[in-house]
Amino acid sequence: MLRVSGLHARVEEQEILRGVNLEVRAGEVHAVMGPNGSGKSTLAQVLAGREDYEVTAGSIELDGEDLQEMAPEERAHAGLFLAFQYPVEIPGVGNSYFLKAAVNATRKARGEQELDAMDFLQLLRQRAKLVDVDEALLRRPVNEGFSGGEKKRNEILQMAVLEPRLAVLDETDSGLDIDALKTVAAGVNALRNGDRAFVVITHYQRLLNYIVPDHVHVLQGGRIVRSGGSELAHELEEKGYAGLNGDSAGA
Amino acid sequence: MATATDTIEALAQRDYEYGFVTDVEQDTAPPGLSEEIIEFISAKKNEPRWLLDWRLDAYRGWLKMVEPDWANVRYEPVDYQSICYYAAPKSDDDRPKSLDEIDPEILATYEKLGIPLKEQEMLAGVAVDAVFDSVSVATTFREKLSELGVIFCSFSEAVQDHPELVRKYLGTVVPRRDNFFAALNSAVFSDGSFVYIPKGVRCPMELSTYFRINAMNTGQFERTLIIADEGSYVSYLEGCTAPMRDENQLHAAVVELVAHEDARIKYSTVQNWYPGDKQGVGGIYNFVTKRGLCEGRRSKISWTQVETGSAVTWKYPSCILKGDDSVGEFYSVAVSNNRQQADTGTKMIHVGKRTSSTIVSKGISAGEGQNTYRGSVRILRSAEDARNFSQCDSMLIGDRCGAHTFPYIDVANPSAQMEHEASTSKIGEDQIFYCNQRGIETEDAVSMIVNGFCKEVFRELPMEFAVEAQKLLEVSLEGSVG
Repeated sequence: MLRVSGLHARVEEQEILRGVNLEVRAGEVHAVMGPNGSGKSTLAQVLAGREDYEVTAGSIELDGEDLQEMAPEERAHAGLFLAFQYPVEIPGVGNSYFLKAAVNATRKARGEQELDAMDFLQLLRQRAKLVDVDEALLRRPVNEGFSGGEKKRNEILQMAVLEPRLAVLDETDSGLDIDALKTVAAGVNALRNGDRAFVVITHYQRLLNYIVPDHVHVLQGGRIVRSGGSELAHELEEKGYAGLNGDSAGA
Repeated sequence: MATATDTIEALAQRDYEYGFVTDVEQDTAPPGLSEEIIEFISAKKNEPRWLLDWRLDAYRGWLKMVEPDWANVRYEPVDYQSICYYAAPKSDDDRPKSLDEIDPEILATYEKLGIPLKEQEMLAGVAVDAVFDSVSVATTFREKLSELGVIFCSFSEAVQDHPELVRKYLGTVVPRRDNFFAALNSAVFSDGSFVYIPKGVRCPMELSTYFRINAMNTGQFERTLIIADEGSYVSYLEGCTAPMRDENQLHAAVVELVAHEDARIKYSTVQNWYPGDKQGVGGIYNFVTKRGLCEGRRSKISWTQVETGSAVTWKYPSCILKGDDSVGEFYSVAVSNNRQQADTGTKMIHVGKRTSSTIVSKGISAGEGQNTYRGSVRILRSAEDARNFSQCDSMLIGDRCGAHTFPYIDVANPSAQMEHEASTSKIGEDQIFYCNQRGIETEDAVSMIVNGFCKEVFRELPMEFAVEAQKLLEVSLEGSVG
């Protein structure tokens, strides 16, 4: 479904990604781990099409389509979703209003009929229940005054409503206490299915106790230096990234 | 004076000779301003002597005044001697014959705002039968209102039919020599609206200039007077969202509101005069004096404005809170895009005890627009336990525009409670990217973010007006990002 080949990208003259290869198939959950500054978040931003990041070499394909040719909203319409590390506040814009606009913009782009207020509300309520989000959150302005946990849960809710093909979760676990982490993970697990894939970006192994990945990749210095099954995450937990470095010398 | 009188008499003769219809079609005063011109205007309107004297006194005061230059706006000086101060309504011959003759850009905007064809024709000044439809609508409304004793008519009609009311209230809130533009208006005002709500009457409908076809030709010096007698209520809507065609560059209107004991006046404006092209050429100068007097105890005046048009806006709807426990409110959204400049805000003058005021101002600057909030809150010594809450937020779109805030606070009574909040934000790339990532295009993202920013003001507008205002904002900011 997602094929990243030889991806190089830079921000303000600084090369951050130096040849990333990644292949994700439908139904799979991939974890991308790595120390600070390894390029994890850059990878997420480049996938979503953030302007400040310049791709200098390589390719990204989603379902055989070249993502680099597409604007961020077109990538969203194609089924790419990014759960932000720092969800953005939009004062005065109601959460459910925002989501309705998002859903209908996507449906319109796909040539589907837009949902009316009643149908949308039904969908929203059902999804909120699925990922265990309180309805009160729906009536508040987008992320404004939300706690860290509420913001992350709101991202998961948006994902549940938008039903992406591929969801990229950028450090969704950062800043969450264990209860919030469990709720968020349960939300993600509820959305796992054979047609949908996840790329879970995280610094810590902790999240992966709750979202068990099929594949784990270690990103370091802008390259994936090791890949393996979920056991790799536990190895990292024990040895740390530095310990892994010794092991993977020459890999 | 003899010559002036002769001229008027001669003109009056001629008018009579040709009869009323031809009179309307042919009369236009030559450019320039003088006592003769003012006498001519007054005579044309068949005004009583006291009103002519009132105009002349304003004019003599105006002659000694200097055009204010303290506002944070720049514009080409106005040549007051090149303006025609009296022009009769245009005859059908001078009007466009159909919408085909109207600037396609204006038509495109009508289209975007979803204005029905008939109304488009009306707004564009096309000579069509649609006019008669709206006249009859207006007449129906007026009959219903008159059953309740509500007077809603043009200012000129009020001078003829209700001279005692006009004389009693005119200039009591905005004195005829109040300021340069108000004095000019007082000397030469063309027409406008007059509203009187009798004691205890709650006006059953929103009063709107939109439905009054004669308001389409009130000209550049509009004069409005609204009186709410004890315990009454009225909601008045001014302007409309569609851009109105107008050849006069200078607009200097005066609005006076009087609220007696327990009366409430809600005054909502949507101003969308031509802002000029992208270089700022040809736009309207909008220099307005609006003031309300909360005369009686527990009276309330609420101003809500959405200002998206005009090249230059100079406007400070104010409240004088004279009655004890009276309330003043000001809710404003002002947009300046391209080369537009807006210097707008309010004055809240607390005189009575326990008076309270609320100010919520949202300024939006895009392109090379400059937006200034200028507000003054004065708590006089007599205003025991007065309260004010002010919130002034500015939003910048792009990096070539400007936002400025000048709050003046003057407190002479130590029991006053004042709160002032201000913020400036920039529509962030990350806000737009966030919306994009959720599938929302940049242009829709901007209008969504801006509408969210203005929400506190929009919810003060009457329902249909609020919907129109949102759409208008979208259209006004089109192309301002990316």
